[in-house]
Amino acid sequence: MKHATAAAKFIANDERAHWHDKALWFIRSKRDRMAHSVPEWELLRDTAAAVKAHTMTHLAELLEQFEENATKLGATVHWAKDAAEHNEIVHGLLREHNVKKLVKSKSMLTEECHLNPFLEKHGIEVTDTDLGEWLVQLRNEPPSHIVMPAIHIKKEEVGELFHRVLGTEEGASDPPYLAEAARTALRQKFMEADAGLTGVNFAIAETGGIVVCTNEGNADLGVSLPKLHIASMGIEKMIPQAEHLGVFLRLLARSATGQPITTYSSHFHGPRPGGELHIILVDNGRSKLLASDDFHRSLNCIRCGACMNTCPVYRRTGGHSYGTTVPGPIGSILAPSRDPDEHSTLPYACSLCGSCSDVCPVKIDLHSQLLTWRRDIAALGYVSLDKSVPMKLASAVFRRPWLYRFAGRVARNVVPWMPRFMLYNPLNVWGRKRELPEFPKESFQQAYARRQKTSGKGGVR
Amino acid sequence: MSSRDSVLKAIRKSQREATPLPTLDQNWLTFDDPIDQFTTVLESVGGKCIQVKSLSEINDRLAEFPQFESANVRASTIEGLGLPTFSLDEIDDPHDVENVDFAVLAGEFAVAENGAVWVTDETLKHRVLHFITQHLALIIPNKNVVNNMHEAYKRLSFEGGRFGTFISGPSKTADIEQSLVIGAHGPRSHVVFLVDDAF
Repeated sequence: MKHATAAAKFIANDERAHWHDKALWFIRSKRDRMAHSVPEWELLRDTAAAVKAHTMTHLAELLEQFEENATKLGATVHWAKDAAEHNEIVHGLLREHNVKKLVKSKSMLTEECHLNPFLEKHGIEVTDTDLGEWLVQLRNEPPSHIVMPAIHIKKEEVGELFHRVLGTEEGASDPPYLAEAARTALRQKFMEADAGLTGVNFAIAETGGIVVCTNEGNADLGVSLPKLHIASMGIEKMIPQAEHLGVFLRLLARSATGQPITTYSSHFHGPRPGGELHIILVDNGRSKLLASDDFHRSLNCIRCGACMNTCPVYRRTGGHSYGTTVPGPIGSILAPSRDPDEHSTLPYACSLCGSCSDVCPVKIDLHSQLLTWRRDIAALGYVSLDKSVPMKLASAVFRRPWLYRFAGRVARNVVPWMPRFMLYNPLNVWGRKRELPEFPKESFQQAYARRQKTSGKGGVR
Repeated sequence: MSSRDSVLKAIRKSQREATPLPTLDQNWLTFDDPIDQFTTVLESVGGKCIQVKSLSEINDRLAEFPQFESANVRASTIEGLGLPTFSLDEIDDPHDVENVDFAVLAGEFAVAENGAVWVTDETLKHRVLHFITQHLALIIPNKNVVNNMHEAYKRLSFEGGRFGTFISGPSKTADIEQSLVIGAHGPRSHVVFLVDDAF
């Protein structure tokens, strides 16, 4: 579906669209306060970008080094070239350990691989234990944000959902009351789980360890009770050394939610005594992206979500309008590299304001990459007629000065007299939410000539 | 070809010109009074910091907490502290610490810039206790407060493999309409004692 079509549904509810916009701007403001409280913020961003650039130019050897060191610590490292292989590996491990119930902490990679429906088809009960992620799981919908999966849901809707699922009081919408009900229900899930699965925020090549960040403590609870811990990670999560975490952990939570650090930043080095740790390294299109001269830097993303929180389009259209696992500016770069036809409208869900690039903690040039995607999508022939025809017309006019002058004259002298229905009709997509400006009496050339005449030569002071 | 080899081959094929690692040797943020900074930040994330002269003082201060007084099940890894109601060494299955109301555990060091405390499972048989207890108290020698995360990682070594985590305040969520709720899955309260004594 086109982004604009999906977004139209979201903005049809004006009150909700504004509520969503405000909620995200609140987080963006918290991020600003946190960023400004660190004097070396820009140095941190530069350093993080350089560490990531180094990592991506040494990725194969760092992955090998990671595998060797993780194995030494007693973990088992698996490799998956795509989503299907990843899901098979997880299912194989669960079958081998006779796992009936799995608890998961937030992992966008497993969303990308559609792991939950796959495991459920095989009779495994999967519970997403991050509260936001659990909410969207219970509603049978994807997350709308990578850090705050349920940012689109109102507390009254959570109340209704919990009344139906957990038997909370009808009409109750008090967040502490609802969160307490979730705590009780999910604690039961933690106690009953046969295995825990987590995502990975960072994997350290030098030590063979992985780092998982949460605020709720759900990843730690999920993998500290059962004996089996499965960690799924994209190959781009690698960093060279543990000391680089000093840079990334200072940036991550400040950029994401405006916290000085997440409540828990857990470092897993090998399995716990008597347990097993399986780490799955997933490619699923990442090596292809690495090969792209234009878009390889999008692999540097640490998934903080700051680009979403600041994006005027994301804030007003909601995460679901993107139709991808990762929405917002970064998602609009990642998705077309998987399927440029399916996601051809995403690089246009952007005003090119550049705010995303300004807040990105690893300095990805997001808006430039979005512009580059537009070029590629046009070259591939995926631009819709309502964009391509006006562009062709404009190009024809701009290439012919006489036609340009003529068109300008028509616009100045005829358009102001045209009846509204002729200007604002279904053909004029641009005019749906916009009004034409007032037309000037004379063209720029006329105005310039007049000015030259009245002020003499060298009229530009 | 195995998936491992095909992934590595694909990466090597597209690997571009190597760029160097940046230096981490910078004048990173420091504080005139790191303990004061730690206390302020910890409070801003929902925790509490108390400075005490001696270990023996901690039990008196704990008694001031209603959640400590009303705790039915208490655990402690520091001898003489926290009035434990059972011995952790006797527990084999981590599920059996489910009902702990108040745990008193050792932390290694604190980070002033973000209110975090580094804890490990070196002296703790069941690391889950950090996350499953209803209320948590961490004890740290007050000389172990570093300014920032760069100093923190200078202290850490992961050789031999062990679990460790930075904990900054009590468990929390804002997943319901961005309303902050303390006590998501883990501890509902979090207090850090900075002690003059080494232990």
